[in-house]
Amino acid sequence: MNKAREEGIITSITGYRRPYFATQPAYLYPGYRSTLKRAPTQPLVFLPHTLSEVTGPVFGYDDVKPTDSDLTRQHDGEPLGERIVVSGRILDENARPVAHALVELWQANAAGRYRHAVDDHDAPLDPNFTGVGRVLTDGEGRYRFVTIKPGAYPWRNHYNAWRPAHLHFSLFGLGLVQRLVTQMYFPGDPLLEYDPMYNSVPDDKARPRMISSFDWETTIPDIALAYRYDIVLRGRDATPMETSRS
Amino acid sequence: MSLLTTSSQTVGPYVKIGFESFTVVELAPPSVSGERITLSGRVADGDGKPVNDAVIEIWQANALGKYAHPEDAQDKPVEAGFRGFGRCLTDAKGGYRFTTIKPGRVPGPAGAPQAPHIVVTVFMRGLLKHLITRVYFPDEAANAEDPVLKLVPADRRATLIARRSPRDKAALEWNVILQGQDETVFFDY
Ligand SMILES: [Fe+2]
Repeated sequence: MNKAREEGIITSITGYRRPYFATQPAYLYPGYRSTLKRAPTQPLVFLPHTLSEVTGPVFGYDDVKPTDSDLTRQHDGEPLGERIVVSGRILDENARPVAHALVELWQANAAGRYRHAVDDHDAPLDPNFTGVGRVLTDGEGRYRFVTIKPGAYPWRNHYNAWRPAHLHFSLFGLGLVQRLVTQMYFPGDPLLEYDPMYNSVPDDKARPRMISSFDWETTIPDIALAYRYDIVLRGRDATPMETSRS
Repeated sequence: MSLLTTSSQTVGPYVKIGFESFTVVELAPPSVSGERITLSGRVADGDGKPVNDAVIEIWQANALGKYAHPEDAQDKPVEAGFRGFGRCLTDAKGGYRFTTIKPGRVPGPAGAPQAPHIVVTVFMRGLLKHLITRVYFPDEAANAEDPVLKLVPADRRATLIARRSPRDKAALEWNVILQGQDETVFFDY
């Protein structure tokens, strides 16, 4: 085997851990109506983690501009609302930082309105707020955004349905199967208990991990309050699988 | 120390604002080697209606079967300008379209090389977590031996194989059907 490895015939692939029971939502969750016509109905096919799944797109500092991470400075004027710093670390399940991960963020403005053609919520747009950010984590997996605290907004899922205030996060880890899209919530939001999205996660301990914490340490005196939000991507399995190099 | 992966949440109806400034529908500039192809199709829901708010991401090796990634230890070159990543937002008719090159074969589990394929990730409102699937190529003898395709029930494999357009040999068509008769095979990843 060692000889084969030296000759470049065999290489080993270590897959990623499968999600822990009930920490991820199911595809079909009738409380969220849009899942009814979009969740797969046939059984999923188990996918081994091959080279195609443990690799994934690699991003660099060329992919982000400094203003991409400060959503309050993307226009000539200042956006309305409460300025906040949102920062944290991207770690894997083995508590190792995910360095140079691309983090994407999108959100509603302070009034709860998205700059999107299909958002017809009767709340004002803010000419000084786009609500889109992007940043690369540093060598220790840290990221930081400056933005505006988003407003809650109504949606048509059920009678008098309101989404709790949230930021949409998209993350690329090192491997394709670490890819994650989630939402960050705010502590103490009374709408969380009524929200089908939040409540789609069955595990009682997993749900609150989507809630950020108020973070005095990272506030900017006289300028902005701050929230901390750490995100965990899948970690490596312990045992590698043998794979031949072609 | 052991942490648990953060829970997935849907991209919701406004994903377009988040992703449209970082879309990549042309993966291979002219300097990149390989057989040029277009990959296009549409996304349809359980009523057969077009999904106009989906995001399709693709991930692939270069023509030599090498991923532009530090963990691809094969003794093959990466090519400047080819990251292997694409992202397209579906249009009003549920359509998406990429231009790229056909990937080469990459190693699979237990020594068997995989047939050429592109890994596809699908996001949309109504999906609390993304879907992962694969596209394979038509008229490809290697498909019969592909270690992942073999795991798919034989009567559903066709949903993962693109069709060649009768008008243009370089045009491959492949649809994402979320539910029903021809439901695409999605993987438990
Ligand atoms: Fe939202």
